Amino acid sequence: MLKQKHLLGLENFPKEDIQSIIDTAFNFREVLDRPIKKVPSLQGVTIVNLFFENSTRTRISFELAQKRLSADTVNFSASTSSLKKGESFKDTAQNIEAMKIDAVVMRHPTPGSPKHLTEFIDSKIINAGDGTHEHPTQAILDMMSLEEKFGKIKGLNVAIVGDIDHSRVARSNIYGLVTMGAHVTVCGPPNLIPEHITDLGVTVNYNIDEVLEWADAVNVLRIQRERMGIGLIPSEREYRELFGITEERLTRRNNELVIMHPGPMNRGVEIDDSVADSDQAIILDQVLNGVASRMSILYLLLGKKE
Amino acid sequence: MNKKLNIKKLPKKLIFQHVNILDPLKEKVFKGNVLIINGKISEIGKFEQPADAKTINCEGLTLTHGFCDLHVHFREPGDENKETLMSGSRAALAGGFTRVCTMPNTTPPIDSPESISFIIQKSKDCPIHIHPFGAVTQGQKGKEITEMGLMYQAGAVAFSDDGLPIQNGLVMRKALEYSKMLDVPIINHAEDDCLRCDGVMNEGIMSTRLGLPGNPSISESTMVHRDLKLAEMTGAKLHVPHVSTAASVKHIKEMKSVNNKITAEVTPHHLFFNDEDLVNYNTNLKVAPPIRNNSSRKALIKGIKQGVIDCIATDHAPHSLHEKETTFDCASFGMIGLESCFGIVKRLLVDEEGLSLIHLVKLLTIEPRRIMGFSSNLLEIGAEAELVLFDANKSWKFDKANISSKSSNSPFLGKELIGKVKYTISKGNIAEII
Repeated sequence: MLKQKHLLGLENFPKEDIQSIIDTAFNFREVLDRPIKKVPSLQGVTIVNLFFENSTRTRISFELAQKRLSADTVNFSASTSSLKKGESFKDTAQNIEAMKIDAVVMRHPTPGSPKHLTEFIDSKIINAGDGTHEHPTQAILDMMSLEEKFGKIKGLNVAIVGDIDHSRVARSNIYGLVTMGAHVTVCGPPNLIPEHITDLGVTVNYNIDEVLEWADAVNVLRIQRERMGIGLIPSEREYRELFGITEERLTRRNNELVIMHPGPMNRGVEIDDSVADSDQAIILDQVLNGVASRMSILYLLLGKKE
Repeated sequence: MNKKLNIKKLPKKLIFQHVNILDPLKEKVFKGNVLIINGKISEIGKFEQPADAKTINCEGLTLTHGFCDLHVHFREPGDENKETLMSGSRAALAGGFTRVCTMPNTTPPIDSPESISFIIQKSKDCPIHIHPFGAVTQGQKGKEITEMGLMYQAGAVAFSDDGLPIQNGLVMRKALEYSKMLDVPIINHAEDDCLRCDGVMNEGIMSTRLGLPGNPSISESTMVHRDLKLAEMTGAKLHVPHVSTAASVKHIKEMKSVNNKITAEVTPHHLFFNDEDLVNYNTNLKVAPPIRNNSSRKALIKGIKQGVIDCIATDHAPHSLHEKETTFDCASFGMIGLESCFGIVKRLLVDEEGLSLIHLVKLLTIEPRRIMGFSSNLLEIGAEAELVLFDANKSWKFDKANISSKSSNSPFLGKELIGKVKYTISKGNIAEII
């Protein structure tokens, strides 16, 4: 069981809790390889998935994790624009909790909204992504995938490449990896890397080739097309040329590099087709580990204490 | 309605006995009695006390000029659920303020002589003196200047588009030039909209950690700099509201050495908090301009000590509960400030930062009055009684239950404050704060 009541983010999240989530996730990973992929661990537990922002893989991953643990689940999807017009966030949350539930998995476009939720309701809260703040379950599954590949996290050189400023995946990975003792370098256009990011214990390097030479693994962030054309990224071809994980770049490199991507990918922009589909890429392992990680998190937060 | 605020008509004759009289004009404190007859100061110091006067023993209290706030939002007309001229006046009395200037960003905005007259009319029955600011531009749209002359005749004492910074330098220049014939200040909420972008808190390591869009210091300081240069060029009066950054203080200091028509204010919240206090996404700390980092905060305190900043203003900005009990992006900007002001600045500037009590009182009394040209001879025999009595060393907790404002959006709730207002005398009334 965990020291924390909620999983809001990995900033200041205890190392032992991260390690026990990953350890337990490997146990659930075995369950997923069985013909009957279901255990009764969370029977009678009710979880609401509150998605105020579009999501495909995270929502399905959470739902599958919940079903495989035999929890009862309800899904609520709404655009925040309709929320703004009508019922307040607080009222929505309190109404749902009034129906007797145990936990809320929430994705919301506003940083800090899961924290606010803990002020309005008593259920356990799991952050499934809050704007540009954190996406802790993604970072857990990324770290689990690294541990699966390398047998450890401590001492690994991990690069995170892309729009660091607007990335919740980057923030959660930085917090988690630094806590677990990995070395982290962030790389991307300087106007998408916050000035003070080094205070979080990472190194900044704008030269992708140097970064790839250094790294054991690279986590390639999705470049959001809405960042184009507002002065942040001049064009896709320029981004690919300066920061794309291309086949040419990888062939120039001596040792094998592990490629990760949280998805969905912009093939041909931040990552080449051939790289994404290569043996070096563990992108689909990440997806499977996502289900196992979320099972582990739900179980450790909601399971009956022995 | 808050039962801890008790407002009564002044008795015909009233004596405050054994009180420390703090005269901010002459910069002295002396012990004595103060006699008020028919709402006017009749005697100060030692005198024969009329037998038919009511008396209040004020041992341990300090009597001085009523506080004056150049920056409040009373939300009338349009948002009377948050505050009205009357409820705002009650909050002012509870905080020791006898005179305030209201910002024109109401619904609709105060941008015509008719709307100035509305505020003046409605304020007549209020227990404090209320002076409206008029908008600089029509509808606060930042394009065409308002009928400043007619608004001035109707009672406007200065002009501001507060909340909506005047982006267009030419409009700002023309407004400053035009205001010269009235000899009143233009007050521009200084932020560059493009640089501010969608920022909701100070840009820095805290905004990076919280994942919130940052508003960089330079969005303010670059605009302050523009306004200072335009003021220098035009020779008009410029008052810089709610200064928040170290760079702004530096620019103001430099310009003040060559231009004596520049004044500036700072809020208690920019003096007290820094952006690390936002770590839990407290929406009551969402203000414009944002709470900055600690080095800017320290520069503001230094600015006060050096006289670069002329006065303290609260930027009292009431909001309803649901506008604050929401996610950070949806929450409104602003906090209430009148009732907590003295306890905060007394604790911070006097007890912790070593400013003299006389200096602090000047920042709340004669300095803001000087900026607006209001009379500061408040302890003169025959003057209308416009006074505050406070216990400078009283430690108390700012609590929701004794807020007189209609709103309670304050990050100071639950905080220990030092210095509490006990009586406020204004417009023939005496308010007792229990």
